[in-house]
Amino acid sequence: MHGFANPTRFLNIARPLTPWFLVLGLATIAFALGAGLFYTPPDYLQGDSVRIMYVHVPTIWLGMAGWAGILVAGVMQLVWKHPLAGIAGRAIAVPGAMFTALGLITGSIWGRPTWGTWWVWDGRLTSALVLFFLYLGYIALASASEEQGGTSKMAAIFGIVGAINLPIIHYSVTWWNSIHQVQSITLQGSTIDMAILWPMLVSMAGFTLLFAAIVLMRMRTIIAGVRIEARLRRMAEG
Amino acid sequence: MDHWPFIVAAYGITIGATLALLGWSMAVMRARENKADALRKEHRR
Repeated sequence: MHGFANPTRFLNIARPLTPWFLVLGLATIAFALGAGLFYTPPDYLQGDSVRIMYVHVPTIWLGMAGWAGILVAGVMQLVWKHPLAGIAGRAIAVPGAMFTALGLITGSIWGRPTWGTWWVWDGRLTSALVLFFLYLGYIALASASEEQGGTSKMAAIFGIVGAINLPIIHYSVTWWNSIHQVQSITLQGSTIDMAILWPMLVSMAGFTLLFAAIVLMRMRTIIAGVRIEARLRRMAEG
Repeated sequence: MDHWPFIVAAYGITIGATLALLGWSMAVMRARENKADALRKEHRR
């Protein structure tokens, strides 16, 4: 992993990867959402509202995966002092927060026709809302304590401690009585019919590629900002 | 209850917000990288 510690080496890989992730992500999402809207059948219980799952599941997945990325970046920053880890953590935070918010909003929109309510304060919904607030806290802390484009130790520790919320979100539907259904996709298989499952998995893959493209763009932006600052300082010093 | 207004709202918000974040990230990256390149060239001269 330390092979990528040099920003120039990282940029040599990130620059060609960014457009590939971007184009593949957009094409995969367009295909999955087109199929989800016009090709797949309605669910026998939920009716057409099941089509909202094709945007809800990928967005909330990215919210949780994003914080897992912040956890890994925090560990790499504190244990191995990887110079790009703090930059990666900062780059993940804003898209992670936005996709968590989209997961909450699309879940709420799905809940109205399916459950008859926009919101309930049950374990799953509340812990997902806590994840969104954790993102806001991380963004504020990382911005306030920026060091060489990366984050301070305090922000890295916050990212690691905040990861305790991920298993809480995952197991909330089994630990507490919840209006939210239990996990449909587990390591043992899926209870979702394949006609509905495949566009959901394709949509998740597409949104993940797009998320990777956005994170690479944001990392490149931060690295360019650090270089501008260093160059201006050198020019000012003569 | 007609589900389609809910479906359209969910897709519209998701696609709109995703494209807005993508466009913003791309524009800021291009501006910042162009500025860094311009400064590097200026410094070399």
